[in-house]
Amino acid sequence: MNWGTLYSQLGGVNKHSTSLGKIWLSVLFIFRVTILVLAAERVWGDEQSDFTCNTQQPGCKNVCYDHFFPVSHIRLWCLQLIFVSTPALLMAMYVSFRKRGVRRNLIANRRDRPTQEELENLKKRRLPITGRLWLTYTCSLFFRIIFEAGFMYALYYIYDGFQMPRLVKCEQWPCPNKVDCFISRPTEKTVFTIFMVASSAICIVLNVAELIYLIIKNLMRCSTKHKMSHVYTDHESKDKAVSQNKINERFLSTADSDDKAT
Amino acid sequence: MPITTVHVNRYYLEPRMNWASFYAVISGVNRHSTGIGRVWLSVLFIFRLLVLVVAAESVWGDEKAHFTCNTQQPGCNSVCYDHFFPISHIRLWALQLIMVSSPALLVAMHVAHRRHLDKKLYRRTGRGSPKELEQLKLQKMKITGALWWTYIISLLFRVLFESAFMYLFYRIYPGYKMFRLVKCDSYPCPNTVDCFVSRPTEKTVFTVFMLAVSGVCILLNITEVVFLVARATSQHLNNSKDSPLGAWITQKLFSY
Repeated sequence: MNWGTLYSQLGGVNKHSTSLGKIWLSVLFIFRVTILVLAAERVWGDEQSDFTCNTQQPGCKNVCYDHFFPVSHIRLWCLQLIFVSTPALLMAMYVSFRKRGVRRNLIANRRDRPTQEELENLKKRRLPITGRLWLTYTCSLFFRIIFEAGFMYALYYIYDGFQMPRLVKCEQWPCPNKVDCFISRPTEKTVFTIFMVASSAICIVLNVAELIYLIIKNLMRCSTKHKMSHVYTDHESKDKAVSQNKINERFLSTADSDDKAT
Repeated sequence: MPITTVHVNRYYLEPRMNWASFYAVISGVNRHSTGIGRVWLSVLFIFRLLVLVVAAESVWGDEKAHFTCNTQQPGCNSVCYDHFFPISHIRLWALQLIMVSSPALLVAMHVAHRRHLDKKLYRRTGRGSPKELEQLKLQKMKITGALWWTYIISLLFRVLFESAFMYLFYRIYPGYKMFRLVKCDSYPCPNTVDCFVSRPTEKTVFTVFMLAVSGVCILLNITEVVFLVARATSQHLNNSKDSPLGAWITQKLFSY
């Protein structure tokens, strides 16, 4: 169970997403998960062992570290990535549930057994994003946005901004009076924090754009359905016009034959 | 290390998230590149990624643990290390590799989009059998029309990212040489303190190597741009001697 497994699960959902959804997935995995695994975990690797306090008092260093870093950045980002990917898994479950229903109907309703090829085609078919699937998709997008924004706010709230200071002053028990504690690699940590926050922001923007796109597409679809019902009454008047034309033609042809006769 | 052409969908099966799976994703684009593009990809993976993972990471592995300052003052070590190494070389190179490889994904997305349109066309004209669709997947896409523009733009972005990172490198670490000794006077270090960097010569060697390979990659990308533009211009001159340049540009922009 690792990031690769999550990636393969989400890759399956990719087929039913819009293009913006596919871009979001690429940004998520290339700029966030890859950077987290390959670079950020090294930078934060020695955060507790290299957290030094200017004191000989046993226990002071542990207590101060715990006071200033209740949850490490790395763990917050891992949780954020997991929560943000979960709505897409909901989508995957709904799509497979739908496909299973169709498959069952296919096997039950046909006289002859459907061929393996047809069942394979059913598996590979891309469902259009309409009706209940649209609702599920928009809900998942909405939850994605909420989770992303929530975690960004949590990071900002816990660490009072996105910058990592070099020096923190600690006066927890058992530290004597006030003690200077030094954080390891603060600049590098600030750089990566800003990078991850910027990627989060890009992902939020992509999700909002996708939501707006889906809503507009649905509204347009509803309005064309509405227009089609008006076209029906136009057909009625069209039928009237056609029958009137036929009457006129007959009238003209009898008028012609009268002319010819005289 | 043999470079095998991997179908782009294979990344769904890779269970590990590491440089190997990153390689699989990027090399999927290999099939649609020009010859120079494949050379660039090989240089990138053999001389940069492989060297980074196999050699450079162990050279820089103990950079903080063995950064020693001539003082007993707690915290002085950390502060001086942070002052002289705001961001480690290894992280800069890893970021550079990731950013430089990302334009290739633009090309992959465009190719996938074109394939999707071709599939639709095949289905409409009654050629929708799975065999024919499989054949369509394996066909090599020609770099013409809008794909040509996407490819050129991705190349220009690659050059831009490479140069930006080289400039950033120069700004953070002016000069390629790694010093043995640095003098530090940030708080809480008392007065001025001598600090010693671990493995400076080895680090200098690898820095020079990686900078040289970056330069080679920039040259390869620029050559590829020139080659593509020259090929397109010569095709235009050969095919239609009387059609104006404007019509050619319009055709390049809007044909699929």
